[in-house]
Amino acid sequence: MNRLGRFLKRTWQDFYLVLIMVFLYAPIVTMMVLSFNTSKSRTQWGGFTLRWYADMFASRNIMAALHNTLLIALLSSLIATVIGVAACIAINSMKPVPKAVVMGITNIPMLNADIVTGISLMLAFIAFGISLGFKTILIAHITFNIPYVILSVMPKLKQTNRSTYEAAMDLGAGPVYAFFKVVFPDILPGVLSGFLLAFTMSLDDFIITHFTKGAGINTLSTLIYSEVRRGIRPSMYALSTVIFLVVLTLLILTNFAPRTKAEK
Amino acid sequence: MSKKLLAGPYLVWMAGFIIIPLGLIIYYGLTDRDGLFTIANVASIATPEHRKALWLSLWLSLVSTAICLALAYPLAMILRNRGVGRGSFIVFIFILPMWMNFLLRTMAWQTLLEKNGVLNGILSFLHLPNQSLINTAGAIILGMVYNFLPFMVLPIYNVLSKIDDDIIHAARDLGANSMQILVQIWLPLSVPGIISGITMVFVPALTTFVISNLLGGSKILLIGNVIEQEFTRAGNWHMGSGLSLVLMIFILISMAVIAKYDKNGEGSAF
Repeated sequence: MNRLGRFLKRTWQDFYLVLIMVFLYAPIVTMMVLSFNTSKSRTQWGGFTLRWYADMFASRNIMAALHNTLLIALLSSLIATVIGVAACIAINSMKPVPKAVVMGITNIPMLNADIVTGISLMLAFIAFGISLGFKTILIAHITFNIPYVILSVMPKLKQTNRSTYEAAMDLGAGPVYAFFKVVFPDILPGVLSGFLLAFTMSLDDFIITHFTKGAGINTLSTLIYSEVRRGIRPSMYALSTVIFLVVLTLLILTNFAPRTKAEK
Repeated sequence: MSKKLLAGPYLVWMAGFIIIPLGLIIYYGLTDRDGLFTIANVASIATPEHRKALWLSLWLSLVSTAICLALAYPLAMILRNRGVGRGSFIVFIFILPMWMNFLLRTMAWQTLLEKNGVLNGILSFLHLPNQSLINTAGAIILGMVYNFLPFMVLPIYNVLSKIDDDIIHAARDLGANSMQILVQIWLPLSVPGIISGITMVFVPALTTFVISNLLGGSKILLIGNVIEQEFTRAGNWHMGSGLSLVLMIFILISMAVIAKYDKNGEGSAF
């Protein structure tokens, strides 16, 4: 290909990348700009203000929802990690047929539509006589989080060398001690990424929470949904700006921090 | 032996919160209020309003999936050819919106499209007539494409970045032109990613009720809205479960397609 052709191709590609980037970020940037707008109008700039941020932090509803969201994300991902890692060890030593069955069932919540998962859990909670509230959201989140943990840990566990574990046992370590000293360090990256994935999935979930939450309790997602249906208030823009910046920081830390350390 | 016991909590959990709940949907879907067997709930998909909702859902999600694929494939290709590694900053930029809260992303489009929204503001600034953008099928498609595009980009990118450059060089040395390379090498090798991307866009788009609620107003009902209303407002769980069973048939079809084309899980996004 000649130089001009290559130049044109490169320019066209850059143009395309920029176009998609504008499509992805224009809505988010618009919300950020509006969050500083004194005027409630979406089309007129009435001057810079931090009032909506003050409103947001003063709002008891938003703060309660934030508290619920973080608590549920943390608890559900922790519990899912413990159950998931234990399950991985057992699944790894299973015979092929039971293993395939268990892994097949593990895939159900990931492949099923969220609306069906949410409805089915709601029906089950009511059938079991568990009243809908914080507990049921937590159980639901653990349920859809465990598969993410298993799918993150399983590949790492398959790579570990059985002989080192057996060697530790031969040298007198108990199974638990041998696991934590020999196997666990090897699967730790998988455990961590499973935990983080579960945490993010829990933070982001709306549909399953919507069906399992019952009245009187909100996470950020369900709060935003009910607010938006009544008409968007500028404090929602402030909230979305804060969430975006927090997510951005977290992702940059998890994606780039370990790498730069490793390179050094 | 003790290792097997570790599966205990998980097996109990799966039975209680995956298997039994699905069983309950099937039970509710196939019984009436008196607990007697009936197929009326499932058959109610044939009533005009439900059928209309299902067709509209299928149509809108197909269109959105096609648009996502058309936008994502060139994007994934460009990202891959820039030789940027996975986890590099430019890839990160295109994946980042995926981690942004789903409702906030939809709310952003509501802000842009509303009658007094940003886009109409720009139009009147340019002295152009205002358009009714929100509460249309187009707005729903836009919302779906915006929300689910990263789910199409990521699996395709993952598959493309595993394709060895040498294969492309070999094809070129043997005289293939760019078109032939695309059709005979890139496309066939990226099938697992494409299929996985299609499912990851199609299933949530088909079953959504949030996007249609926020961007389609109350007039446009998708099958997800119908089911949601049966559970939250109408209170007819039997009907809602019956319609969910219909929905699950489509999900099962996509799972079967994935299993056929993506045996090794190469196209998975995570």
